[in-house]
Amino acid sequence: MTIDTTSKPTESMPTETMPATAEIVERCRSLYEDLDFSAARAWKAAVPGRKVVGFMPVYAPLELIHAAGCLPLGLFGGGDQMEVIHGDAYYQSYICRIPRSTVELGVTKRLDFVDGMIFPFVCDVIRNLSGMWKLMFPHVWSKFFDTPQNFDPEVGGRYYVEELKELRDGLGTLTGRKISDDDLKRSIALYNENRRLVREVYAFRARAPWKAPTSEIYLLMRAGLMMEVEEHNRLLVAYLAAAEAEDRPKRDNVRVAVYGSFCEQPPLNLIKSLEMAGCYVVEDDYALVNRFITEDVSTDGDPLEALATAYLKHSVETSCKYVPNEEDKGKYHVAQVRKARAEGVIYATPSFCDPALLDRPMICRRLGEAGIPHIAFKYAENSGQMQPIREQAGTFADSIKLWS
Amino acid sequence: MSDAVKEPSMLLQKEMIAKNYEAITSKNETGRKVASTFVPGNLNELLMCFGIVNNLPEINAIQNGMRKLSGSYIMEAEKGGHSEDVCTYVKADIGMMGKGNIAPNGKPFPEPDVLLLSYTGCYTFMKWFELLREQYKCPTLMLHVPYEGDGHATKNMRDYIVRQLREVVIPGLEQVSGVKFDIDRLREALRLSAQAEEHLVWTLEQGKRKPSPIDAYFGGVYYIGPIFTAFRGTPEAIAYYEALRKEVQARIDAGQGPVTPDGGSFDDQKYRLVVEGPPNWTNFREFWKMFYDEGAVVVASSYTKVGGMYDLGFRHDPDHPLESLADYCLGCYTNRNLPTRIDILAKYVEEYEADGLLINSIKSCNSFSAGQLMIMKEVERKTGKPGAFIETDLVDPRYFSAANVKNRLESYFQMIEQKRRGAAKAA
Ligand code: SF4
Ligand code: SF4
Repeated sequence: MTIDTTSKPTESMPTETMPATAEIVERCRSLYEDLDFSAARAWKAAVPGRKVVGFMPVYAPLELIHAAGCLPLGLFGGGDQMEVIHGDAYYQSYICRIPRSTVELGVTKRLDFVDGMIFPFVCDVIRNLSGMWKLMFPHVWSKFFDTPQNFDPEVGGRYYVEELKELRDGLGTLTGRKISDDDLKRSIALYNENRRLVREVYAFRARAPWKAPTSEIYLLMRAGLMMEVEEHNRLLVAYLAAAEAEDRPKRDNVRVAVYGSFCEQPPLNLIKSLEMAGCYVVEDDYALVNRFITEDVSTDGDPLEALATAYLKHSVETSCKYVPNEEDKGKYHVAQVRKARAEGVIYATPSFCDPALLDRPMICRRLGEAGIPHIAFKYAENSGQMQPIREQAGTFADSIKLWS
Repeated sequence: MSDAVKEPSMLLQKEMIAKNYEAITSKNETGRKVASTFVPGNLNELLMCFGIVNNLPEINAIQNGMRKLSGSYIMEAEKGGHSEDVCTYVKADIGMMGKGNIAPNGKPFPEPDVLLLSYTGCYTFMKWFELLREQYKCPTLMLHVPYEGDGHATKNMRDYIVRQLREVVIPGLEQVSGVKFDIDRLREALRLSAQAEEHLVWTLEQGKRKPSPIDAYFGGVYYIGPIFTAFRGTPEAIAYYEALRKEVQARIDAGQGPVTPDGGSFDDQKYRLVVEGPPNWTNFREFWKMFYDEGAVVVASSYTKVGGMYDLGFRHDPDHPLESLADYCLGCYTNRNLPTRIDILAKYVEEYEADGLLINSIKSCNSFSAGQLMIMKEVERKTGKPGAFIETDLVDPRYFSAANVKNRLESYFQMIEQKRRGAAKAA
């Protein structure tokens, strides 16, 4: 079977007038900032019977949602633009921000058009939120999605294929439409292209970070999780072309990788602050999702098996995944740092984030052993005070410059 | 405070625990192997098949909490780079290693031969043992127990656990111990487990009586001890529960309440509570006293279900040994989704004729705590009984504010009184 995965420019972007990065980024920013999700609402309203399926960090097989004819909608909390009024009544002060702002989005009816919700296994907080969602929004199809922690195809793999079947059936019931293997393979091909383009953008940034600032890349990725994958693919192509073509001043910044930020997201200002403090972020784990699977998913054979194999064999190391061998712990981070030629690591975690914070000493030790300088700090999605972070990152950048 | 008064069953349990610590700390002399593992998802019967001694870091943290050592251990771990935000059981354990790793019997803990990472109901377990593994460099056997997200276990989940037992856990334990797995040995242990489980359920259900002859939270943590730790599947556990049953029966016959640490029998029970969440260990006696001083007895609790929900009918089954271990792991309280937890607690409030649900929310524990405010509201809504919320920590003394807890409890009891007066008027 051959699948056409060629990207075509979007209708709103004629080829003769290629958009500038600023234009693309502006579009992404408006999507990212729109907590009423107008674009997703419009997508749903455009064709009767369309469904939207939300998903939370850190990974869900979006191919299945797409193959069901639904729009996968990435939900990453409320950021720093939304006042959380009701959400605080659901959570104690010592629990991170993302579940409370997600609840806020729900109870303020900003998600009233969302027909299904997938809560991937990232930690006990998101896990418990899946049950809360069932109670708060009984008409929404809510699914806790537990990926295996055993990576043997015969053990974890077999379990996972069955879980994927269950997910496929659940989506089938939601939409009233059976997902065929061919539907799924077509979606896999589109997402393979998406992942390839995402990797290309990341590689481009690592090559020329002054041409692709992380504050832009971040918006490009976040917006991509709120639109159809076909459209995101075109946007990525357009961005790459535009960024390549534009001249931008190169600064004497140090190159850093950011880890620990896979779930609750830092405010955009924090990402900008790192840049202003003299850091080019050349590698990160912000909101993983589209970088969670690191290679193409096979479009031959059984597509569920293919998705399972990709998860088992070709997915990133991150805090919610068990690392079976002690000597491999943190290896991924070190390899990525080397690949992106980062000179240091900023381990930036949400406050009260057990997975990231418990991982921190282990990952940082490995970085230390590999001679990679690192610093750590905590943030919240609504952190407002950037001065301390800017100072810390600035000092870090200076020390790298001085000693490297 | 004077020494706590202990009933014979408590003394028996104390001896059992001491014996187990002795077995752990003397492993270099005896040549026995030691596994570290967790209370929820504890596979004690399986470990026994290989002659492996069971060491439970959560229990060590509790012991250190009660002996007022955990505070300094936690600080030690924080000095070593651990965040103030994370689970204090983990930090108490890691800090203890930094401070000589001394067991409650005063002897150093030897290094474990294997970490049995049965990952049931709590994500942090995985990180905890990744951290220990970094230290001990010993084999680590992961048993991933999927979460009952839709409120029930599926065949796929069960099969997955059984496959892991067959392919990972049993061969791993064979390798560590040099002992060949004998399923009949497992069956025999499971038979004993089921007997002890019957006794435990009988004991916990006596909370339905008025006055309640047990305290299902502060007393309950003792009742669950043998089954939740290193004694499930042993004759000693059965002997313990027989002794416990006799004591409870004697109190029932005498119309008495539970024995408090002061030695009195707590008969004048004004309030009957269901409690959700683990207790605070650093100020355990003080905490308990706040309840019985006010006339509050706990008639049912969720904490006594973290190591298995036997009261819902589950028993280890010698005829289906591996499957029954899988079902056990799946069914532990914190592996159940929020709506199920709410149903269980509401059922307790009804069946144990409680005045309401009190939540002791633990700063450390996302597994229990995330969603508890909703649990409280939902249980209130379902039962029409008032709920209350207090906040403490497991083993970090910095988060136990006696004055706050006392105030909250007093207001709660006033609320219950008001509700009663309202109900009496309406009648
Ligand atoms: S930020 Fe961390 S603790 Fe909070 S929901 Fe995400 S993974 Fe869990
Ligand atoms: S988070 Fe809770 S359940 Fe998990 S190890 Fe800590 S105290 Fe135990």
